[in-house]
Amino acid sequence: MSVRYLPHAPEDIRRMLEVIGVDSVEALFQPIPEAVRLKVDLDLPPAMSEAEVLETFRRWASMNRVPPEVASFVGAGAYRHYIPAVVEDVVRKPEFFTAYTPYQPEVSQGTLQGVFEFQTMVCQLTGMEVANASMYDGATALAEAVLMARRIREGRHVLVARSVHPEYQQVVHTYLRHFDVSIELVSWEPETGQIDLDVLQACLRDDTFAVVVQSPNALGIVEDWAAVRAALGDHPAVRVACFTEALSLGFLRPPGAFGFDIVVGEGQSLGLPVQFGGPHVGLMATRMEYVRRLPGRLVGVAYDRNGRRGFVLTLAAREQHIRREKATSNICTNQTLCALAVTVYLALLGPEGLHRLALLNAQRAHYLARRLEAEGWQRPFRGPFFNEFVVRHPKAPRIWEHLLAQGIVAGLPLHRWYPELAQDLLMCVTEMNPPEEIERLVRMASSE
Amino acid sequence: MRDSNRTAQHITLEEPLLFERSQPGRVGYSLPPMGVPETPVEDLVPDHLRRDRVEGLPELSEFDVVRHFNRLAQWNYCIDRGIYPLGSCTMKYNPRLNEVIARWTAFTEAHPYLPDEFVQGCLAIQWHLECYLSEITGMDAVTLQPAAGAHGELTGLLLIRACLEDRGEKRTRILVPDSAHGTNPASAALGGFEVVHLKSDERGLLSPSTLRAAMSQDVAALMITNPNTLGLFEEDILEIADVLHEGGAFLYMDGANMNAFLGIARPGDMGVDVLHLNLHKTFSTPHGGGGPGSGPVCVREHLAPYLPVPRVAREGDRYRRIWDSPKSIGRVKAFEGHFGVHVRALAYILSLGRDHLRDIAVHAVLNANYLMARLKPYYHLPYDRRVMHEVVFNDRRQNPTGVTTMDIAKRLIDYGLHPPTVYFPLIVPGALMIEPTETESLEELDRFVEAMTQIAREAAEQPEVLRSAPQRGAFRRFDEVEAARHPILRWSPQGFPPAWKRVSRGSEDVPIRDEK
Amino acid sequence: MKYPESYRYTREHEWIHLQGDVGTVGITHYAQEQLGDIVYIELPAVGQTFRQLQAFGTVESIKTAADLYMPMSGEVVEVNQEVVNHPEIINQSPHERGWLIRIRVHDPSEFDRLMSGQEYEAYVEQSS
Repeated sequence: MSVRYLPHAPEDIRRMLEVIGVDSVEALFQPIPEAVRLKVDLDLPPAMSEAEVLETFRRWASMNRVPPEVASFVGAGAYRHYIPAVVEDVVRKPEFFTAYTPYQPEVSQGTLQGVFEFQTMVCQLTGMEVANASMYDGATALAEAVLMARRIREGRHVLVARSVHPEYQQVVHTYLRHFDVSIELVSWEPETGQIDLDVLQACLRDDTFAVVVQSPNALGIVEDWAAVRAALGDHPAVRVACFTEALSLGFLRPPGAFGFDIVVGEGQSLGLPVQFGGPHVGLMATRMEYVRRLPGRLVGVAYDRNGRRGFVLTLAAREQHIRREKATSNICTNQTLCALAVTVYLALLGPEGLHRLALLNAQRAHYLARRLEAEGWQRPFRGPFFNEFVVRHPKAPRIWEHLLAQGIVAGLPLHRWYPELAQDLLMCVTEMNPPEEIERLVRMASSE
Repeated sequence: MRDSNRTAQHITLEEPLLFERSQPGRVGYSLPPMGVPETPVEDLVPDHLRRDRVEGLPELSEFDVVRHFNRLAQWNYCIDRGIYPLGSCTMKYNPRLNEVIARWTAFTEAHPYLPDEFVQGCLAIQWHLECYLSEITGMDAVTLQPAAGAHGELTGLLLIRACLEDRGEKRTRILVPDSAHGTNPASAALGGFEVVHLKSDERGLLSPSTLRAAMSQDVAALMITNPNTLGLFEEDILEIADVLHEGGAFLYMDGANMNAFLGIARPGDMGVDVLHLNLHKTFSTPHGGGGPGSGPVCVREHLAPYLPVPRVAREGDRYRRIWDSPKSIGRVKAFEGHFGVHVRALAYILSLGRDHLRDIAVHAVLNANYLMARLKPYYHLPYDRRVMHEVVFNDRRQNPTGVTTMDIAKRLIDYGLHPPTVYFPLIVPGALMIEPTETESLEELDRFVEAMTQIAREAAEQPEVLRSAPQRGAFRRFDEVEAARHPILRWSPQGFPPAWKRVSRGSEDVPIRDEK
Repeated sequence: MKYPESYRYTREHEWIHLQGDVGTVGITHYAQEQLGDIVYIELPAVGQTFRQLQAFGTVESIKTAADLYMPMSGEVVEVNQEVVNHPEIINQSPHERGWLIRIRVHDPSEFDRLMSGQEYEAYVEQSS
């Protein structure tokens, strides 16, 4: 029996074996030691028809309970936003999704120009001079940023805000645990939820080579970049800014405007579904003077023999296939298709759309915060926020369970990240939470 | 050149950058109404932290955007158009069924922080994929978290490191044969190891005697690609594993080339301790123009305690995530890995099942050997042995007329085909690394052979035609030297810096650098 | 001949020309040929000191990148800004206009431990 993904008929195989000069396909595997060649079939299910595969996945799909069936107010690093139809249409074009890394620029200009546009947009979002072609996700982009900082400044000490997304912190730990580096956490100021600047200053050491701060941070609070920058003074540590909610950059002045050296974050909000955590896309930008310390692919302008403008992969000498163990990183691919989705998304929204959407998110979130406060919930951190905020209630864990039973996921219980915040929920509101849903949450949360 | 073989003659519309097309006031989006009472903007966030617009983003209508990306798409070659024989990349057909399933909202709308009972379907998919990958590789446990092959390599090495630390051993060296992927040494360095390169022997293989000579108390592991980048199966793999294990070291296998022996043999039966897979190669998930990929890591029992968290467990017919594991290396990525890619890979495995998974390897190896047999009369074959899934030629026979591998590659574009991987592996000067994959039909292979033989003839008779290739596509050869000397990595409102100036030279308009 | 006799050479393909206690350092003709079109060079700042054979910078072409090694121990006293801005000069004139840095040498006796022009030429022929 033949298989739908394989092209040869038995007669084709016979002719090919004749050209090769062997009498059976088995003979082709003669270099594999006889002792390890499988004598029995693998213990896998039998081959399925398309319809059977669909049915199998339909069963699994039916075991999920997801929006809009449930009302979800969870963000915390992955955000549900509306994805315009055109984004999906572009990433489904075979010319984009069935191509590979543009090694041959003459037949890859579509991808290359798209990535060049992406790099430009990341610079505009972050306020930086140069951006790479993307990283795996925000967390690995942050780990790579700390490693990059280590190539810029010598030192053995890194300061990381405790309000950096805890999973990002974990990835930084995993990446750095074998280097001679100590990672020190800087807590937040209890009133505002912003990084404690006194502690930050007190923790700066001569051998501190990087400082990492996130905004909006893991408590949803918007950091005061001007104050952070001022607190760092002229300390030579590399200033790394991080974000998990890229949409906030449509509304907030970017870290680049405040003298940060490396800006990294997650781009999923801009045209990618949450899809159980990935694939998402890491954004990474820096100053031009550090471009040769930057990991990842870069696309630049080139001219062909006729003087026609085009784009090529450039500055490749930083990369693993050339520098091998001396490369800036081992990263080989990036997330091109995801970067393309971001590019299409931002092209559709433009400066005005992005700002208006960001404002809509902020307004709905602030409305929910006000309503919950009116119902007796506390808002423990008083710093400004964007579309996420923390609410506290003595009976929060019970209320959360109760709402869950009603099909409402009332944010992320923060004890998961910070054990002392046992009565706190991190709420997220986006344009995907219609006003009715917000009202329902308020009603149910106060009926308890 | 037959007309039917000519490059697609694009409707070569010039397509400017999005930013160059922008017109103030154009709109490509729609928003729902605010729907809630508003807070004064200045009360949301203080003035000095706010901005009204992201300066420079383009303003375009929806149809402007659609046209733009359709025109860009025309300039891309892709596997759906024809053979894409990039060696080591396994550019095979991406089944459409997988694309359909991966887009179901039941999966795309699943937030990774929903409680386990809300994402049973996602967890079931990951659990089944882990099981099947264990069975296919003969390993004991799998993590799906790594985002790509290189990310898997790093993860695998960190597992080895954690295990050594646990045993109280200080082993600092990773051995890497010269036929390895470039990512191997880079990953080893990132994992905090020192890299020692091993030379392949005259067969193009790693000989156990070379390995023995390199063994010491400092060696943590050997990273071997099998089949290696010459397309050759490491025939001494069993002895290699023994040498390592006797010396207290681990065997890491780069599984990027698993396509060659899927269902024929299993790394776990060869003494491999840890390997990574590339779902975007072996398991047919799309390459996306360079990502997203997925690089699961499979380990034997003794490395399982160190796998990243969370892990997926099954209890009866329920699934749950285990968030903490005392010996785990931690996380290598936020959330649960590239779930969208996991769905596609699982759909692929189920479609082929136990009946047909090995047919993938059979057809892949058949196709590579067929190309080797057909092209051997025309191109030099530095290692003339039975190959597995790919074959490496070089340009030695074309060099006398001044033709190089780059010229051959660029000429293939004129024939409407994508070139193979060039100048890799490094141990073959001027390498042409060809991997047809199992999904190319005999006609497609013959079309490639015909173009390559024609090019060999041209190399002898009209070498200048090759040196000036490509001539028929939308773009000619690019000046990559100037691009790297004066990198322009983004558009800016001032346009491009005046470092470039266009000068008419005959009928051509050429850029020259403005030296002022 | 290609390799001036008054210079001395390292096995890593750097040259040094000594005048008093100041040495001029560059890469050899052979090195630039192997690298191909040089697109970028990274050099240390004036005032930095290096030991003999310590890496002091990097040179990049399209296809490869290589570290630069100090022929003799010393302190950097001058950097050739012209090659930083126009790295193609290294390809055009590796032994003269394409010099990289000048150093004040610490130990003149190191000079004699390097290869002479003739020795270097033989060394290069052997390795190619």
